[in-house]
Amino acid sequence: MKKKIYSVLVENRSGVLSKVAGLFSRRNFNIESLAVGETDAKDVSCMTIVSSGDQHTIEQIEKQLNKKIDVIKVKTFDETQAIARELMLIKVKYNKSNRRDLMEVCDMMKAQIVDMSKHFVMIQLCDVPERTTLLISMLQSFGIVEVARTGTLALGKCSEND
Amino acid sequence: MNGADAIIKCLEAEGVTTVFGYPGVAICPFYNSILESSIRTILIRTEQNAAHAASGMARMTGRPGVCAVTSGPGATNVITGIATAFADSIPLVCITGQVNSELLGSDVFQEADITGAVESFVKYSYLVRDAKDIPRIFKEAFHLANTGRKGPVLIDVPIDIQNATVTNFAYPTEINMRTYKPTVKGNAVQIKKVIKELEKAKKPLLCVGGGVLLSEAEGSVRDFSKRFGVPVVSTMMGIGVMPTKDPLYFGMVGNNGKPYANKAIQDCDLLIMVGARVADRAVNQPEIITRNKVLVHIDVDPAEIGKNAGPTIPLVGDAKHIFEDFLAQEFTVDCKAWTDELSANRVSMAPKRNPNPKFVDPAAFITELSEKMQDNAVYVADVGQNQIWSCAYHIVKGGRFMTSGGMGTMGYSIPAAMGAKLAAPDRQVIAVCGDGSFQMSMMELATMRQHGVAVKIIVIKNNYLGMVRQYQHFTYKDHYSVVDLSGSPDLKKLVSAYDMKYLRLDNMKKASEIIDEFLKNDESVLLECNVDPMDLV
Repeated sequence: MKKKIYSVLVENRSGVLSKVAGLFSRRNFNIESLAVGETDAKDVSCMTIVSSGDQHTIEQIEKQLNKKIDVIKVKTFDETQAIARELMLIKVKYNKSNRRDLMEVCDMMKAQIVDMSKHFVMIQLCDVPERTTLLISMLQSFGIVEVARTGTLALGKCSEND
Repeated sequence: MNGADAIIKCLEAEGVTTVFGYPGVAICPFYNSILESSIRTILIRTEQNAAHAASGMARMTGRPGVCAVTSGPGATNVITGIATAFADSIPLVCITGQVNSELLGSDVFQEADITGAVESFVKYSYLVRDAKDIPRIFKEAFHLANTGRKGPVLIDVPIDIQNATVTNFAYPTEINMRTYKPTVKGNAVQIKKVIKELEKAKKPLLCVGGGVLLSEAEGSVRDFSKRFGVPVVSTMMGIGVMPTKDPLYFGMVGNNGKPYANKAIQDCDLLIMVGARVADRAVNQPEIITRNKVLVHIDVDPAEIGKNAGPTIPLVGDAKHIFEDFLAQEFTVDCKAWTDELSANRVSMAPKRNPNPKFVDPAAFITELSEKMQDNAVYVADVGQNQIWSCAYHIVKGGRFMTSGGMGTMGYSIPAAMGAKLAAPDRQVIAVCGDGSFQMSMMELATMRQHGVAVKIIVIKNNYLGMVRQYQHFTYKDHYSVVDLSGSPDLKKLVSAYDMKYLRLDNMKKASEIIDEFLKNDESVLLECNVDPMDLV
């Protein structure tokens, strides 16, 4: 099983997200994460899809994506060929006795505190997906209330051929 | 001019002659406008059959078949017909009426999210949001349906869009779709590689699928086979690419195919699959076509190549272009010993039947029927045991063989035969079904009568859902469940209610005479053939 990142440029039209997501479920391909947003061109969206499978599945995903009429371009990356980031917001319980420990974890992980109340704190981290997962496990003992993650966003590394 | 008028103008610009459908309020503006056009409308008796009839017409004309139905249940009923066309890559344009745009999503009367529901069975779908987009959308829809890997396209048109005013109607002459550019021409380097393999091969074999007929490449494939002496087998959808009696044709492959065709696939050293999906019924184990041989896979859809079996040489493109490219090259193939071997197998491995003389033997009957049919006749096989017998014993001379191969949709034959007959009124068109599949489409006898569609129908009757009964015979040791068709109508009485001629055959004694009577005039007639209920394919 190999992990692949698909950067898929699509026509920015209603229903395209469901067509692409539906393709994955119908063809029995898994989706680890999916993130969508408009690009610099208003009529083009970029979907970043992380999936995994054997060589045959990986090729089929690319071919089936290319077959969709609304898909403009598909780029497939290994994790080493792209810069990948994920944004996470995570709400955690704290108290007087563990507040310092919490601050330390955030410092070490370069996570920011973006909101807080008397007993709760919201932390933001933008990093590679492995590190957002790591932060979750580091915060487990404090008591996690809610987590929201964007899923992986990625672009191929800069090259002079771009 | 309103949106509905604009739609009719688009259909006229595309050369559409016939629309199959069933009206309802949401498609009424369309059916109102079509009265001003010379396009013929056929009132089908259930919407699924509108898509099947359009499919039959498309397969005869090579242009997309068109159907138009109403919103909600009209649209959902047509889905099975669309899925049937999708599985066999048949070009259709299906127009569905829809509730008022402003009410979309509010679950009003007869609202169904048809573009969502049909997503995995269409090549593409549109929900028209603005009447001024109608010309572009129809231009694209016809282009999408009938180019590249062909297939159904659905256009959902809310009633307010059909009623909206359209000014300055102009049908586009060009397509401008940045995301859709199918590869038609085969890559020259790949073609050279295939020719090298052909020159080297001792045991080459061509396996043709429905894609050859869809690209109208059967002439080129026959020329190729004849000129280079390369033997040919076919999938179910590829029946008719080669005349059945061509000395270089060795029958249908697959679990219901000819044993000598399957042996040819096993033994060949170069297999060229063209316009075939390598699906489970044709090739139940992909290793069979990759082990100890060079596999060339030619298909217009790159996603089909390597989906089920990894080829040595992939070749993306339209079959007709590619075979014309082969024919333009000078080379020779030396495989006389191999074709002699296959010819010997055809005799020694011919399946033997032991028919019950008390009944009609479907094998002998279908053989005799097809010998007597006109050379260019159209034979539409339904689904079930009747289909397997038709595939095995129908003799294609210069005509067409059609069936629902991918989806295996019972009830396909009668509406598809109607579409074929309307497309080719001068040709003999025969639907062959079982008593189960007949009852799935028998409401269309009314359509045939209303519109004077002279389709001939054969019902291979055994009072069982024979294919399932056969499966239960082998798998569940005759533990039959829900396969008994008792309660079926008296076909003679039924047919007389439609003023249709009726014939009946109970054994082979009078077969010749009855077949002559059946084929005699260009009229609709139903022939009931009683076969042994316990017969196996």
